[in-house]
Amino acid sequence: MKHSDRPQDGEPRHDAGAPDEAPQDATTSSDEHAPDGKQISRRRMVGYLLAAPTLVAAARFMPAEKAAAEGIPAPNIADLFDLSDVLNAAAAPTYGLLAITIDKQGNANFQLPRSENGQGITTAFTMIIADEMDLPMSRVKVTLMPAEPKLLFNQLTAGSSSVFTLYEPVRRAAAVARTQLMRTAARELGVPARDLTLKDGVFTASHGGSMGFGALTEKAAVKRMIEFQPKLKKAADQKLIGTEQKRVDALDIVMGRKTFTMDLAPAGADPTMICRPPTLNASAKAIQNKAAVLKMPGVTHVLLVPHSDDVQGGVAVVARTFGQCIDAIRALKVTWSKGSIAGRTEQSIKADLAKAELPMTPALGKVIEETFTFNFRSGSALETNCAVADVRKDKAEIWAPLKSPQWAQGKIAELLKLNIESVKVNVMDGGGSFGRRLFCDGAFEAAVISRSIGKPVKLMWHRADDARHGRHHPLTTSKVRITTGGGAVLQYDQRHTAVPTDFTQGLGDYLTAAETRLPLQNFAQFSQTVFYTTANVPYNFGVVTQLLNEIDAFNTFNTSSVRNVYSPDVATATELMVDRVAKEFGRDPMEFRLAFAKDQRMKDVLNAVKKAGNWGRAMAPGTAQGIAMRNEYKGRTACLVEIDCTPATVNRKIRQAVTGPRVTKLVFAIDVGIPINPLGLKAQVMGGAMDGIAQALTYSHHLKNENFVEASWDNSAYTRQWNTPPVVEIIVMPQTTDVAGGAGEAAVGTTMAAVACAYGRAMGKMPTEFPINHNSPLHFEPYPASPPVPEVPADGLERAGIKRPSAKKKRATRKKKRTTARKPAAKTPSKTTKK
Amino acid sequence: MPNHTFTVNGKKVTVDVEDDVRLLWVLRDVLKIHGPKYGCGIGVCRACTCHLNGKAFNPCVTPVKDILPTDEVTTIEGLAPSIGKAIHPMQQAWLDVDVAQCGYCQPGQIMQAVDLVKTVQREKRQVTENDLDQIRNVCRCGTYPRIREAIKKGEAAMPVLQVTKPKKRKAKKKKPVARKPAPSKRKSAVELPQSAE
Ligand code: FES
Ligand code: FES
Repeated sequence: MKHSDRPQDGEPRHDAGAPDEAPQDATTSSDEHAPDGKQISRRRMVGYLLAAPTLVAAARFMPAEKAAAEGIPAPNIADLFDLSDVLNAAAAPTYGLLAITIDKQGNANFQLPRSENGQGITTAFTMIIADEMDLPMSRVKVTLMPAEPKLLFNQLTAGSSSVFTLYEPVRRAAAVARTQLMRTAARELGVPARDLTLKDGVFTASHGGSMGFGALTEKAAVKRMIEFQPKLKKAADQKLIGTEQKRVDALDIVMGRKTFTMDLAPAGADPTMICRPPTLNASAKAIQNKAAVLKMPGVTHVLLVPHSDDVQGGVAVVARTFGQCIDAIRALKVTWSKGSIAGRTEQSIKADLAKAELPMTPALGKVIEETFTFNFRSGSALETNCAVADVRKDKAEIWAPLKSPQWAQGKIAELLKLNIESVKVNVMDGGGSFGRRLFCDGAFEAAVISRSIGKPVKLMWHRADDARHGRHHPLTTSKVRITTGGGAVLQYDQRHTAVPTDFTQGLGDYLTAAETRLPLQNFAQFSQTVFYTTANVPYNFGVVTQLLNEIDAFNTFNTSSVRNVYSPDVATATELMVDRVAKEFGRDPMEFRLAFAKDQRMKDVLNAVKKAGNWGRAMAPGTAQGIAMRNEYKGRTACLVEIDCTPATVNRKIRQAVTGPRVTKLVFAIDVGIPINPLGLKAQVMGGAMDGIAQALTYSHHLKNENFVEASWDNSAYTRQWNTPPVVEIIVMPQTTDVAGGAGEAAVGTTMAAVACAYGRAMGKMPTEFPINHNSPLHFEPYPASPPVPEVPADGLERAGIKRPSAKKKRATRKKKRTTARKPAAKTPSKTTKK
Repeated sequence: MPNHTFTVNGKKVTVDVEDDVRLLWVLRDVLKIHGPKYGCGIGVCRACTCHLNGKAFNPCVTPVKDILPTDEVTTIEGLAPSIGKAIHPMQQAWLDVDVAQCGYCQPGQIMQAVDLVKTVQREKRQVTENDLDQIRNVCRCGTYPRIREAIKKGEAAMPVLQVTKPKKRKAKKKKPVARKPAPSKRKSAVELPQSAE
């Protein structure tokens, strides 16, 4: 990074050994301050003033030494030590400084070492800084930090850990800034600090004199790094934390001004797309009609992009518009190699999973056992995979929505044979992530194409490719066995067996020094850790064992920890079996959960939804309530839903849609410790809940002919308005702990489980495969796999009901064509125009 | 290459591009108007939704040759100016409800919502739950419940004058209406936008 105005990049380490020039009242303790940093790490939190022309305040967080994430944690430790801790502990040794710069206009500027994909973290950190510094939120500017190698793991956005990991250090840095500004104001105004009041970034002395942050910042600046322990605001004095604040980028969004990667228009960066293989992970061998395609309107380049572990590749097309890229892709004739799952089918993979299931320990008591299947589902966001790349001989610059930008930077340097300092990676706001953007496929492809053609490119994946070749939540089975005796649960065993979740991009690299791409290493180094730290049973169920096994290599399928890792499957299997045990015991599902819940926080969220959702009210036949609960990301969640499975609802007719059972009401309670922005938290829960509903009822991908058949949003039946519960109530519990837990993913598993339980109760039969409609006939006719992208309809005006005098004739003929085309059971897939 | 002339957000533009290039790419790649988003390119996700003479349509499936010199294309950027305001009541409703998450789908959602309200206003009725159920716009972040809430708010704030006043004006003066020949035609032509397809 080349921010000459941002001295925190590196300087602190150089100056760390220099004698402090601490102002008299600074609460530093230089005896503990050592240049090697080892002693510093004994303290939990360190604040600093950094050398700069204006005031720069910083902090770093040092978790207590006990948080050693060495080796693989033992099973069932998720209660004490969850994924948030792993991410935190892994971050600790290389934790970078998080710095706040006060500019001459009096604004506080902070670069967030995270990616924003709609989860509201820029808003949350704007609040945290504004609150601690008594600044209006409009004067706090939070931007996303470009890839910074010195930060290492700390820049990863994963596991809903951002707020949990950064809340304390950012607050601390803001407190350092406020304290130093106050001290400077006192000096300048000639009064003791206690004589000053601070409001909206202005200090006023009792004698009436006043000074703002802007006027103070240069005077408050220091020449050398100073360690500094500020006093944090008391909770009672916090004005913003815990209040409902709207998104800081909301106005830009509704005005259409928010800039996403594909809205960048660097000079000469032309639209670029890739023609992808008809089967998963096949490579392009030869282009049969390159010359002809090059002659197509707008097309400037056609080139083969070889397939590798990092680059999916295919045949790249550069053109004046993306529309012309699509035309060229449809015209290309390419020779492909075999793909990574040649000869296998969804059924054969399911059989492989069954063979790989780990055995259970012998049971001593009455046993209830069931195996659940969770099918592939896509992690596609609405913004497809994309990147802008400008690669020159000796340097490269990339713009992309990346959750692991440092990893991307290193990898791109490796791919381009450049040194890492010559590769600048800019983190753009993403159009959704859901685990998808941990992977940098688009950025790698853009980089190698730009290198090949010697000019910048704007690379975008087609929706069909994003659906088929994009990252998926892996196909998984989960066997649960519950052993009971004497009205108690004696033992709970769960065996999770899955296609591997690929952790090698981003996450894996920073959690372990080991080469995670070696056989079995992805599993040994990462999958198990994540499984053990996210899987837990929030019930007093005696002896608990939860084990994971995986089949295949990490990159046989394109998978990722798609919102969210293992939990939805673990939770759904658990909660369905809890309902079953409750029934066995003749107890009400809610009452049973309240009786067996492990802690009071869990009981509190249960009671909250029980009351708000009117648990136990009389329900008509074919409808039912369902309840589920979960302990994850330092938080507790409970979800109560009502579902309608009556034929009138299930058989609603909406064109190209899966209607099916409808969740008619959803009541959700979440306890995250400190709810920083309840409005943003509710938004996250709402999004997660929509995901959970989809994963339970409608949303999966089908594997046929070595590829996924779904290629559009009307094929992949993610939640749409017709599936949305008309009544949604989200309850944010008041603060329960001093830890700001994660929110981004907490709602998915709990909702999915609650919907599954409600469905089971309404139908009188426990569902065992998800989504419940996976084995029903497809609701659409698949687009062909070759050409890889569908034909583009041209009847936009007609669809919109916009009449044109000249269009009359055309319409009449088209109508005729359509009605005739429809009758013969649609035998012409390549000609069918799906709307 | 052929020339195509039309009005976008109140400005006359002429572009030199092949007839069959879909309007979305003319807007985004040629004119650099980036409010309308790509989410599928086949008329499914509705992230690209814009208005043609005040009526919602999907430029990703509309060849540029279908746009006539007299046509007015309005993208999200031109929505507020189209009613002479700094912000459209529907955009304000979106802010009030804090609808957006990543925001990628929201330009299309807002353009669709405005069209829905105008349609039901012409039909002299209010937006129903069934209308909301029929909206096809995808939001992968799952803001659907807030979208529903915001549409109802926006509806309450959207004056019904689009329906009654142009009629009066039409009777009196001819000039301003001439620019908008659509309303009277649309009235008969248009069913519910969602069921129209
Ligand atoms: S991009 Fe136009 S409808 Fe999806
Ligand atoms: S807000 Fe992200 S897709 Fe709708």
